[in-house]
Amino acid sequence: MINLTINNKKIEAEDGQTVLEVARENGIVIPTLCSHESLEPSGACRLCVVEAKQGKRTRIVTSCLYPVAEGLIVDTKSERVIEVRRLVLQLLLARCPESVQLKELAAELGIEPELRFTPDKDSSKCILCRMCVRTCEKVVGVCAIGFSYRGSEKNVCTPFQEDSVSCIGCGACAYVCPSGHIEMETSESGDIRKIWGRTFKMKTCKVCGRYFAPEDQLAFISKTSGVPIEDLAVCVSCR
Amino acid sequence: MMSKIKSFDELKSVQERLKAGRDPKKPCITICVGTGCLAYGTQKLVDNFREELTKRNLTEKIDFRTTGCHGFCERGPMIVISPDKVFYQRVGLADAGEIIDKTLLKGEIIERLLYVDPATGKKIVHEDDVPFYKKQTRLVFGQNSKVDPESLEDYLAIGGYSALGKALTGMKPEAIIQEVIKANLRGRGGGGFPAGWKWDETRKAEGEPKYVICNADEGDPGAYMDRSLLEGNPHLVLEGMIIGAFAIGSSQGYIYARNEYPLAIKNITLAIKQAREAGLLGENILGTGFSFDVKINRGGGAFVCGESSALFASLEGRAGEPRAKYIHATHKGLYDKPTNLNNVETWANVPFIIEKGADWYASIGTAGSKGTKIFSLVGKINNTGLVEVPMGTTLREIVFEIGGGIPDGRKFKAIQTGGPSGGCIPEKYLDMHVDFDELTKIGSMMGSGGMIVMDERNCMVDVAKYFTNFLVSESCGKCVPCREGVRRMRDILADIADGKGKEGDVELLEKMSKAIIDGSLCALGSSAPNPVLSTIRYFRDEYEAHIKEKRCPAGVCKALITYSVDAEKCTGCTVCSKVCPTGAASGERKKVHSIDTEKCTKCGACRESCKFDAIIVR
Repeated sequence: MINLTINNKKIEAEDGQTVLEVARENGIVIPTLCSHESLEPSGACRLCVVEAKQGKRTRIVTSCLYPVAEGLIVDTKSERVIEVRRLVLQLLLARCPESVQLKELAAELGIEPELRFTPDKDSSKCILCRMCVRTCEKVVGVCAIGFSYRGSEKNVCTPFQEDSVSCIGCGACAYVCPSGHIEMETSESGDIRKIWGRTFKMKTCKVCGRYFAPEDQLAFISKTSGVPIEDLAVCVSCR
Repeated sequence: MMSKIKSFDELKSVQERLKAGRDPKKPCITICVGTGCLAYGTQKLVDNFREELTKRNLTEKIDFRTTGCHGFCERGPMIVISPDKVFYQRVGLADAGEIIDKTLLKGEIIERLLYVDPATGKKIVHEDDVPFYKKQTRLVFGQNSKVDPESLEDYLAIGGYSALGKALTGMKPEAIIQEVIKANLRGRGGGGFPAGWKWDETRKAEGEPKYVICNADEGDPGAYMDRSLLEGNPHLVLEGMIIGAFAIGSSQGYIYARNEYPLAIKNITLAIKQAREAGLLGENILGTGFSFDVKINRGGGAFVCGESSALFASLEGRAGEPRAKYIHATHKGLYDKPTNLNNVETWANVPFIIEKGADWYASIGTAGSKGTKIFSLVGKINNTGLVEVPMGTTLREIVFEIGGGIPDGRKFKAIQTGGPSGGCIPEKYLDMHVDFDELTKIGSMMGSGGMIVMDERNCMVDVAKYFTNFLVSESCGKCVPCREGVRRMRDILADIADGKGKEGDVELLEKMSKAIIDGSLCALGSSAPNPVLSTIRYFRDEYEAHIKEKRCPAGVCKALITYSVDAEKCTGCTVCSKVCPTGAASGERKKVHSIDTEKCTKCGACRESCKFDAIIVR
């Protein structure tokens, strides 16, 4: 057991846990944009910063990555912390002025846009949180998308920005996207799904007859899990 | 090819034999073929010397040695003629024959090739008397002019690998580490972290294998210290690494070098091959049972890959992005194994510490920073080049005594140290003693040792914009404060330079800087605001002039200046009209010229070329 303090509250934690995990278990809210329970932390968005005091040393750390330690004193709302969070959100609001999700989060945290930052005009809603890329690689196991370029030119795309060959149309990337950037179009009848420049044919459930998954995804699951494709013909609701 | 040396004793006898073969009285022409001098076309001069020596049947009587960088890059191509160390600079590519005939055969000095001390106007014959060299302590860099970087024999002849022999046969790993701790060798790559502590941590860390890495990803604009060491004396760096590996308990090392350094990579590749063949690297080094080998990894030119965790990612074959370092690389570095990373210059210091002892080493420098530091002195400075001085040397000594001051009699304004994320130091600190801690105290840093001198014609807003722009293009893009924040700072700086700055911009820049320093993932981001903060700190009035008065005091920011001719000073020499690329500057001979502001692109060519200071920029 490790004893630490978060916002003056004495807390016990397991060795190896991160500050963010422990805070959440104890009902202390720390805002995040790139953290997901199914993914390893990456520390990209910097929204989850907290002030951590260990011995004489006080510094700003990312709670999603910072391991708990005996005697650690954490402040999740110090002035320095608030200033970092404010700047991060203001920068993201300027980068993605059309993202509804970001506006909502800013309102929740009481952060106004910085008017000195000219909003970007490319109508991108991507904040480069990397959740889509990490989900595709680590959860789905496909690696259909990644990054190209670096710095402010960096963007999420398929290799060489060509229509993805390896994408299975599962839509997990669109599901985890926190800012509404990745769009997945589904036809009215549900027989077709479009994502990353590809059009995927959907499969109907053998029981209820509704379209429930792309054929490519079912083939991928069958191939990687060894389950015969016939056994994957029923949707989650009917299973 | 050298046969395998199987023991320290055998190494000593090989060194003796090679040393004996070198007659100190025998005439020798030493010529610098570092990248700087090669850019002057020195290879042609080398070919000419070889040809002329052969023609005169002198190849046996006169030694001819090509070496790495001597440091005085401003004056290349340059040669030193031993034994008297006659120094010729700005040597013409066709001068080889004349030099051999006059100086080597007859002992005559060729006046036109001598260096003229601008301070006294005197011609200087010998290398040691040149003020640029005289004030330096060329501990690490001095060997560059003594060895042909392609020759292991040369390195052995000056006692090379003795420190390795001593360490492997006479010292325990722990004792080596203690020696490095006692010497207080601090990392020359930027952080200034004590190398010995890092070694100790890595040695004690659990996990196998342990890696030893040389960071040769030097990427600061204008800096080439590490490049010149790797190019000019690769065995010295290698020897340092092998000693470190033995102390740490590592059998595998890497050199992470920029692919933009082809000569450095060529020379270190050759050095590794030679050292392996000679039994100084690889299996059972010097017959001691210790084995260690080195691989070279060429980086793709990302500045951020000089940051340790990004360097590891790149070495592992992933994109060069940093990760949080809450667990030190000494415990979890490359492939999550204990890893010790030091830069080229740090490794190059190690053999001297082992050879001459920590006490001797620690006698050089200041209380907190020991030894010497190589600086790359560039910008508005007479003697552009690489200089090595003891820690604690003042900026004034470096800029005015070694660097020869500012060209064209202009006034010193600031010196930027520490690379793009360092700071600009104003005139009032010229007498400060340069070391790791002093530089940090005044808002700059040592970095890897870049020094860019600025004069009264440098605009500090423009300077801040330049470095910030560099960092924008070199940010990896992983974390928000660096990727987005530094770009927004650059935009605000560009606005200020364009006359579109707003009241409150300076305060906003300061506020953003604090949050970026606190919030960034790696040192690139957390030091990125330094150029802005230090220029605001010392040159706030210049920012104010741009914002409030829409004026660029240095006459640099194009949107805020106009060019005109001072009728009283203009002599009608017509030079400005000749250099003007758009025909804006014009006038009749011996009559006052004028500048058509409609046509003028504000390139500054007229101002630079006017000998009468008659171009007014307001």
